[in-house]
Amino acid sequence: MKRAPHPSTHDIQEHPGIVRVAHWLQALAIVVMIGSGWRIYNSVPIFGNYRFPIWATLGGDPAESKIAHMDPGVANALNWHFTGMWLLLVSYALFMAHGLVSGHFWRHLLPLTPRLLWRDFVAAATFRLGHRLGEYNAVQRFAYWGVLFAVLMMFVTGLAIWKPVQLSWLTWLCGGYPTARVLHFIFMSGICLFIVVHVALVVLVPKTLLAMVFGRAAEAHHE
Amino acid sequence: MNRRKLFADVDRRKFLEKGMSLGALTLLTGCDISDNDVVQAMFARVTRWNSFVQSELFSGTRLAPEYPESMAVKDFRYNAWYHYDQAPVVDAVSYRLELAGLIADKRPWTVKQLYALPQKSQVTRHVCVEGWSMIGKWTGTPLSVFLNRVGADLTAKYVGFVCADGYYESIDMPTALHPQTIMAFQLSDELLPTEYGFPFKIRIPTKLGFKNPKFVTAIYVTNRNPGGFWVDRGYNWFSGL
Repeated sequence: MKRAPHPSTHDIQEHPGIVRVAHWLQALAIVVMIGSGWRIYNSVPIFGNYRFPIWATLGGDPAESKIAHMDPGVANALNWHFTGMWLLLVSYALFMAHGLVSGHFWRHLLPLTPRLLWRDFVAAATFRLGHRLGEYNAVQRFAYWGVLFAVLMMFVTGLAIWKPVQLSWLTWLCGGYPTARVLHFIFMSGICLFIVVHVALVVLVPKTLLAMVFGRAAEAHHE
Repeated sequence: MNRRKLFADVDRRKFLEKGMSLGALTLLTGCDISDNDVVQAMFARVTRWNSFVQSELFSGTRLAPEYPESMAVKDFRYNAWYHYDQAPVVDAVSYRLELAGLIADKRPWTVKQLYALPQKSQVTRHVCVEGWSMIGKWTGTPLSVFLNRVGADLTAKYVGFVCADGYYESIDMPTALHPQTIMAFQLSDELLPTEYGFPFKIRIPTKLGFKNPKFVTAIYVTNRNPGGFWVDRGYNWFSGL
């Protein structure tokens, strides 16, 4: 008879349903926000003449949009952006509330000190950092706190751009309207960097994907 | 029909369902579904909700930040869907501002009469929906002063504008009565040039640039949302800042 993996012989990674739902909704919302954000950015680039390739953006076929909206997809992109933001707000709030209240964040994403971070960073850079399913090293902990902070800052800078009159104090805190726009771009870039590394690591350790889809994954100890 | 056949049918249905959701996923990732009817219907619902949220956030007394005059840009950016030499040239002598809808005194106004109204200046930031912004100095009459003078029904919901270039726009009454919402006759201390909206534009520093109509030829007050040129092409109606 086949026995279920046991914690004494196996590393276990478990994600409760609420975490999985909130994770995937955030993933969807962030893809929508970035894709549409890039299309909006393209209409008036911040950095010289740099524009994102159309295929990487969200807003519809530019030729079709010219007929329906008299623009290269900006109305669609804005609609995606201001729809996605509600999905992101709800899923992020759910994820944060659960992580903070259940103790998940404190148990798995702490402790985190500069010393630990440096130790694990050096180990990772020299390919000597082991991975145990269900346990996060200091670099991962830093990355998770970092991306959660970046999303929070996307809300802050996004509100500063959206409501520079009603929330003028927030826009002022962000350094004024044009600076808030640049900050919005910078935190977006941080999230993109996180996504690249996050997805690359999932490819390296595919069982983490199983855990995030089905709720549980196990792996025999291999020390 | 025997049981096995029944199961096979159920399986086939499941397979079809899976196939369809897979197809939907491919659509999502492979090609862009933005102009799909279902998506556009979703946008229409969300944009109404977003307009509601923004009207709740809006304060009739909170002022848009004003800047020192030295920060006002002299050669303000021209912006429209057509080249500036296509801008309508309004004849100052024959021009009449028409009034309609829930307004008591609908007598048309000449340029001379309009320019005789009390005026004040503002140095505020114009924010375009596309992301650029520019600080300018505008001078003109608060729209609330004008609406009061012509006996507009201030309990009505919307104020609509018709423009000489085929443009049209509408705003909510609270924004129309906001102290910084003006009929701007001047830009940078000079009479509004043709391409910037002569004889006047509605300058609303609490709204995105496209909600600031130029070359206004008619103003009306109504309880039915008149939409707007860009709004009817998918842009958010309230578009408040």
